[in-house]
Amino acid sequence: MLRNTSGMAKWLLIIGILITAVFVICAIFAPWLAPTGFDEQSLNGEPIPKNQAPDGTYWFGTNDMFLDVFSHTIWGARTALEVVLLSLAFSLVIGVPLGLVSGYVGRWVDRLLVFLMDAMYAFPSLLLALVFAFLFREKLGGGVLAAALSLTVIYIPQYFRVVRNTTVSAREATYVEAARAIGAKDTTIMGRYLFGNVIQSVPVIGTLNAADAIGTLAGLGFLGYGIQPDEAAEWGFDLSRALDDIGAGAWWQGFYPGVAIVLLIIGLTLIGEGLNETLNPALRKRKTAKVTMPPHTPKEVVHE
Amino acid sequence: MSSASGSLPKYVVQRLLLMLPMIWLLTSLVFLMLRVIPGDPISAAVGDKVSEAEKDARRSRAGLDRPLWEQYLDYFADLLRFDLGTTLSDNQSVTSVIVEKGGATLSLAVGAFIIALLIGIPLGLLAGRMRDSAFDVFIRIFGIITYAAPIFWTGLMLIVLVAPTGWPTAGIANDTTLATVPIVTHIIFVDAMLAGDLPAVVDVAIHHALPCFALGLMLSGVFIRLVRVNVLQTLKGDYVEAARARGIKEGRVVRRHAFRNALVPVVTVIGLQAALTLSGAVLTEKTFNWPGLGKELIEYMTRRDYAAVQGIVTFLAVIVVVVSLIVDIINALIDPRVRY
Repeated sequence: MLRNTSGMAKWLLIIGILITAVFVICAIFAPWLAPTGFDEQSLNGEPIPKNQAPDGTYWFGTNDMFLDVFSHTIWGARTALEVVLLSLAFSLVIGVPLGLVSGYVGRWVDRLLVFLMDAMYAFPSLLLALVFAFLFREKLGGGVLAAALSLTVIYIPQYFRVVRNTTVSAREATYVEAARAIGAKDTTIMGRYLFGNVIQSVPVIGTLNAADAIGTLAGLGFLGYGIQPDEAAEWGFDLSRALDDIGAGAWWQGFYPGVAIVLLIIGLTLIGEGLNETLNPALRKRKTAKVTMPPHTPKEVVHE
Repeated sequence: MSSASGSLPKYVVQRLLLMLPMIWLLTSLVFLMLRVIPGDPISAAVGDKVSEAEKDARRSRAGLDRPLWEQYLDYFADLLRFDLGTTLSDNQSVTSVIVEKGGATLSLAVGAFIIALLIGIPLGLLAGRMRDSAFDVFIRIFGIITYAAPIFWTGLMLIVLVAPTGWPTAGIANDTTLATVPIVTHIIFVDAMLAGDLPAVVDVAIHHALPCFALGLMLSGVFIRLVRVNVLQTLKGDYVEAARARGIKEGRVVRRHAFRNALVPVVTVIGLQAALTLSGAVLTEKTFNWPGLGKELIEYMTRRDYAAVQGIVTFLAVIVVVVSLIVDIINALIDPRVRY
């Protein structure tokens, strides 16, 4: 795939993959990479001091909850990826079938669903997630599941829209007509023929939505409606705690989790846009092989 | 081309008719969302501080003891009279909360937009003009980072940088200004100007600088990208080529022909940005302790005041739809092609 991309687009895609890979490694190996547990208030048996500036022992300093900021930032990667993957799975499971049915069946079902999804899409996304997080708080608590579900609500309309539009244009394609002619059932056509075709547009919006989801999750955490500190480490929550001590100049509490958010969002965005430029023929700048002409050597000059 | 199909009044009417079901749906969603939760809103809001009999009285006053469809009809009847209900925790009309707190959010959003345009348009134009130069790459990276950085992180870092200079980093005005400026419009900047109180105007402006800059910086990323891409497109346009062919100087071609047309889509995007701005404003208000509607909403959420949350969220949903309608109409005024 990389071979088909050229120049800047290729480099951006590679940088994006590298950045994201670092976070994925942090997420998977957090227990080994982080010096302390996500809510552990001691290091090697020594109690962790409060609000200490970065030094040789505490690379990123310590925060006002007696936690090591370096460890907390690494554990945050795990939480972020868990929530994003979970919400991605939920929105695909709900959004894709809805889009397929809406686009294939058409008529009033389509109109109703499009109308409903457009309304949800028009809503400010953070506010929508916030209201749902507020509602889920009662039932599900402040854990990864509640946060993932709150984010799912924002992204369903986007998958719905893309899948529905592709389905509408694919519905009249010859291969679908052929399937119908040999007597395939509607469910078979949707599940077999349309699904495979329509799902190709998902990786691009998937990565771009994941980037957006990282920011929204942090926003929820910052407002106090994301993941609670006793459940897991979360960057947005760390930033809201940092706000209280910022007057005292304790910049490190918020700086590092914030850098993690920015880098992961940039990494995912670069992958999404790189994929888009590679997969979307309209944007693609293919490398063109240089045409070398044989040297022009006239063998003999014909005289009249 | 029939003149009727492209007429502005017809377009406005069409858009209005499309807007009404959207508002109906959004407000119904808000109503339903806040009612599917288990538990009793009154107990959630006041806890055990009040006796059971008093809770019953409050429940019937809030209409919570009646069937759902009756509550729904009431909600809409009230909505048509701009009555957004009464808060449960402190017994205020939601409309008055919005009037009192909305001004601060409005001035924050307007200030941020002005800054976003002041940063975004020139940088976008220059980046597009100097495509693939080092400057272009730098501006593109700047755009990506400002867009990726959460507003509360940018805000936090700005506070760290600015706080040692003594520049105000929280609130909308100092205590003297808050105490002396008479409240007329609830937009304190306008009120200070109406009162002709110059020190107060300066004080309020100084307090606006940091929050508006932080929010504006985030919004500018979108404008940089948009304007840059548009310049690249317009520079390829036939009329630009034609202008060059007529022997007009390159600088003038770029300024008069390419740049002007590159700015038309900005108006459309301003409408799309309304929702993002509102989300950003909620976060900005918490970061800078800004006494606006977003901060108020979070406080009511913490108090588990469902009625207040319902009222404020309904209002915000309607605002987003109305703003995008207004922007669409302005857009149709500027660019006749939109009307078809």
